[in-house]
Amino acid sequence: MGIPYLISIVIFLPLLGAVATMLARSDNTVRYAALITTTVTFLLSLLLWIDFDVATAAELQLRDGPFLLISETLDVKYDVGIDGLSLLLVLLTTLLGPIVVLSSWTYIGKHVKAYYTLLLILQTGMTGVFCAFDMLLFYIFFELTLIPMYFLIGIWGGEDRIYAAVKFVIFTLVGSLLMLVALLYLGFAAGDAVNNGVFTTDYFKLLEFNVPLGTQSWLFILFAFAFAIKVPMFPLHTWLPDAHVQAPTGGSVILAGVLLKMGTYGLVRFCLPFFPNAAYEYAVLFAVLAVIGIVYGALVSRAQPDAKKLVAYSSVSHLGFVVLGIFAFTIESMQGAMIQMINHGLSTGALFLIVGMLYERRHTRLMGDFGGIARTVPVLTFFMVLTALASAGLPGLNGFVGEFLILVGAFSSDTVGMPLLIALATTGVILAAVYLLWMLYRTFFGPITNAENREMADLNLREVVVLTPLAVLMVIMGVMPQPFLALSEPATTKLLATINTKRITALEDAERAEPATAPLVIDDEEFTTEPFETAPGVFVRRSVSSSARETGLPGFTEKVYRGVPSPSMGEGQGEADPRPAQRMKAVFPPNPLPPGERGQTARLRLRPDRTPAALRPHASSSHP
Amino acid sequence: MELAGAYDTIWTDLLGGFSLILLAVVGMVMVIWDAFKNDDPVLPWIGTAALAVALVWEVFHLGGTPTTAFYDLIRVGGFASFINIVVLGSGLFSIVLSVPYLRAIKHGYGEVYALILFATAGMILLGTANNLIAIFVGLETMSVALYILTGLVREDEGAIESALKYFLLGAFSTGFFLYGIALLYGATGTMYLPEMAEGLAARDAQLMFWAGVALFLIGFLFKVSAVPFHMWTPDVYQGAPTTLTGFMSTASKAAAFASLILVLFYALEGLPEEERWSLVLAVVALVTMVLGNILALVQNNVKRMLAYSSIAHAGYILVGLAACTADGYSGALYYLLVYALMNIGAFGVMALLEWDGKEGRLQTIDSLAGIGFRKPLLGVTMGIFMFSLTGFPPFGGFFGKVAVFAPAIDAGLTWLAILGVLASVLSAYYYLRVLFVFWMRSPDEQEAPVKQAGFPVPKASAAVIVACAALLVVIGFIPYIREITQVFFDSGAMAILP
Repeated sequence: MGIPYLISIVIFLPLLGAVATMLARSDNTVRYAALITTTVTFLLSLLLWIDFDVATAAELQLRDGPFLLISETLDVKYDVGIDGLSLLLVLLTTLLGPIVVLSSWTYIGKHVKAYYTLLLILQTGMTGVFCAFDMLLFYIFFELTLIPMYFLIGIWGGEDRIYAAVKFVIFTLVGSLLMLVALLYLGFAAGDAVNNGVFTTDYFKLLEFNVPLGTQSWLFILFAFAFAIKVPMFPLHTWLPDAHVQAPTGGSVILAGVLLKMGTYGLVRFCLPFFPNAAYEYAVLFAVLAVIGIVYGALVSRAQPDAKKLVAYSSVSHLGFVVLGIFAFTIESMQGAMIQMINHGLSTGALFLIVGMLYERRHTRLMGDFGGIARTVPVLTFFMVLTALASAGLPGLNGFVGEFLILVGAFSSDTVGMPLLIALATTGVILAAVYLLWMLYRTFFGPITNAENREMADLNLREVVVLTPLAVLMVIMGVMPQPFLALSEPATTKLLATINTKRITALEDAERAEPATAPLVIDDEEFTTEPFETAPGVFVRRSVSSSARETGLPGFTEKVYRGVPSPSMGEGQGEADPRPAQRMKAVFPPNPLPPGERGQTARLRLRPDRTPAALRPHASSSHP
Repeated sequence: MELAGAYDTIWTDLLGGFSLILLAVVGMVMVIWDAFKNDDPVLPWIGTAALAVALVWEVFHLGGTPTTAFYDLIRVGGFASFINIVVLGSGLFSIVLSVPYLRAIKHGYGEVYALILFATAGMILLGTANNLIAIFVGLETMSVALYILTGLVREDEGAIESALKYFLLGAFSTGFFLYGIALLYGATGTMYLPEMAEGLAARDAQLMFWAGVALFLIGFLFKVSAVPFHMWTPDVYQGAPTTLTGFMSTASKAAAFASLILVLFYALEGLPEEERWSLVLAVVALVTMVLGNILALVQNNVKRMLAYSSIAHAGYILVGLAACTADGYSGALYYLLVYALMNIGAFGVMALLEWDGKEGRLQTIDSLAGIGFRKPLLGVTMGIFMFSLTGFPPFGGFFGKVAVFAPAIDAGLTWLAILGVLASVLSAYYYLRVLFVFWMRSPDEQEAPVKQAGFPVPKASAAVIVACAALLVVIGFIPYIREITQVFFDSGAMAILP
């Protein structure tokens, strides 16, 4: 079924709907217009799924573009499409669209028109984030989500809504503006390297570009900082409880269901493949922070008297799993992270919806005000128990699949596979059961202590319709996750392969790169170079190891010093560099000479293109 | 100077200076008209018509080959047309917004509109001047007209204070400026910008040149209200009639920056990298951004807040100039256009809201609680202006920021860009505060709620504000505008050259 520009229609139809709601006269027209728009968008996005070719899920499909966006001299394009990493997230976004519209039907009493207009604009932004294959376009969509969210929290939120809204915007903005600087830098660097000197933000060109090692670290930090705020990772999570608790139910559902995923998606889509070496370098840091987030989020959840706060903190814990899975760099954990994003969107979204329904009935979210309501609202209780169990990771429901894959993958990981760390992460699953079951117990079971709870109305048809698709998906994805995992598997496999290739290429590039000032006088006897500066204040003295000279096998040692250079700088002088020697390894081609003739002349027979630049003879002549 | 050939070129020259001459002549006619028929309501519309005609004229010359007129004194077409469009557009929008506003505050004198035209003519001369004397004449014509406009509300002490402050400090900076011109002339032996680099090379007067440059720069930095020459800005912006604040904060800044760009482009193009002003400009840009944003944070009066924020925006533009590259200059031009739309719009909305309270001119941000839902048009457009000023995509402000920060990063000033965006995070706080008051506070929470009764929004004003907002939404996606600013500085063609 080839509807042209299908993906663009899915992205921008809600925006068109926003125009319609803005022009609508009555509140009910607004509601129906929003409902129809989001439902049609969801149905169209199902067509995306049908048209999507799973066999080539690693490739960008159903692409619209690239169309030039700004000017000839800036390679910034409108370029959207989906691949295995984004399809499920797009579907999650479009699915939550009508659900949020329906759930807000009576909850939002004032300024209905503005609410739905903003909601629809927000959906365009979110869908665009997952479909954009141009970094600047991604950035535009990424920031576009902030504006409606600011108003959604600020106008329809709870008591401290202003504080929460401003905090949300400022936190995100700090990260994203720094990312913008990094992006511009990356665009120029990539433009010089792979795009004839024209600034580019094209995803594939940026992917082609191997960022030099020294640059990778700080670019990675700026990018990852922005996404880590969005996820949010401990200790940058403090905006999340405020925003989630103060936001109206619909806003919370979108925040938890989709907006947080923009952070993890950004890490997977951009941070890892653009800066693979830095990502490896910082993997342990991120894993440790993720595990702290898992445990801390769970413990804080347990301590909350407010059900909505409890769910909010549980997000910190659950997203910790996703980040752990991302930085484990194994196929299982990456797959687990992808599926866990969807799971979290479904189950936490449902939890917020149910808490919102309770609030609508009793105007309180304190668990102590409830108790024993399972008898008065059995249908609501059924959905709540199912969702809580799914969120706690009960086998047979969706939460289990993601968390299991992540933990299995993380155990076997090279980067973060520390048994203690993963064991700590695993306690997060147990703690999740503790706080969720505690909430269930306090809210739904036991004796009815408050008379008001006896007269609570059970779910009406609209609310059942809101919760059913989420509940059904939780069961389906728990029982047969394979079709969903299959969607992202080729993409994650390719992603990991790309990361590895790029990582090695970057290491080789670093080896090949000419040191800026290398007074290279190769000591023929010792095959040792004079100390030369690799970075300000860092001096390296290289020597070819004796075994390498004899066998022609890789072998190349470096002594790194810090301080003032001196021609006589020798072993034992200066301060040894504690950094791992990873980037110091060089590969020599096999020595073509028979053992007897090896020695001084061997150096001259090295193939120039494979010789480490620092040992290349001609380099010495250019530096008198 | 060959006067014999002057008659041959006079028609082309007159056509070249069409906008300038038109505005000056119509302005004088308006003064005479006003003398015979005092405060005739037709007067503003004559001015509007003149500005509109000039604007259309310049739009048609935007893509044309740049030349000069009047013995190379001013530039015509291309770069000059672009900056004229910004200046004329600002003037046009401001007059339309001013008519009902000035009538409401009972200061709708006929001379005001003539003065706006004279100021605009001065700005055109300043922005397109090719010669130091022409720059000076333009600057003074503009400034004198603005001094008068600032003190328009004669019975208000704040307005008088601001006008006097503006005049005294302005006169002082003019002294620096003129002395700088003298030294530059001494060092280079020419008043013409394109000949300066050559002139400097011919004489060995480096010290005099740099002293001149420094004094000259002080004059410019004063006019664009960069730190540490910004002291006058908040008082003047607050004291002046609101719509005219919008005018002077955008058009005069655009003209002064355009002139500064020309000076940088010509006087410094030939110099070696390390001798350029890059670092000086970068430091000024940094303190301007940081100080402007921090001081704006603590303001309670919206006009004053916008004044400090306009200081911060001057800082952003200086970031582009600090790059000292063609991309940086073109980015700054682009920013000026976007900035004009944002600020005129924002001041226009504030001007309309001043009617809503008796203490309009002293209006604090709190007195505007809940205005968004009562006046959705003003609320939504103000939202667009504020988000655009903060630099949110997809609004023009974002593309403007990219246009100035990207060249700086390209030129190795990444530190400046990082500190700049951090400073602009501060701006999010105070811009969003306006929206929070507009949309999220109900007037009932307010101790002194604003008048509940509706007030009319004149159709012409609404049209201008909506036009500004609509342009900001689409401007980022019109490649032509960005491209044309880049063509001016195309190093291969040197298209800016006559």
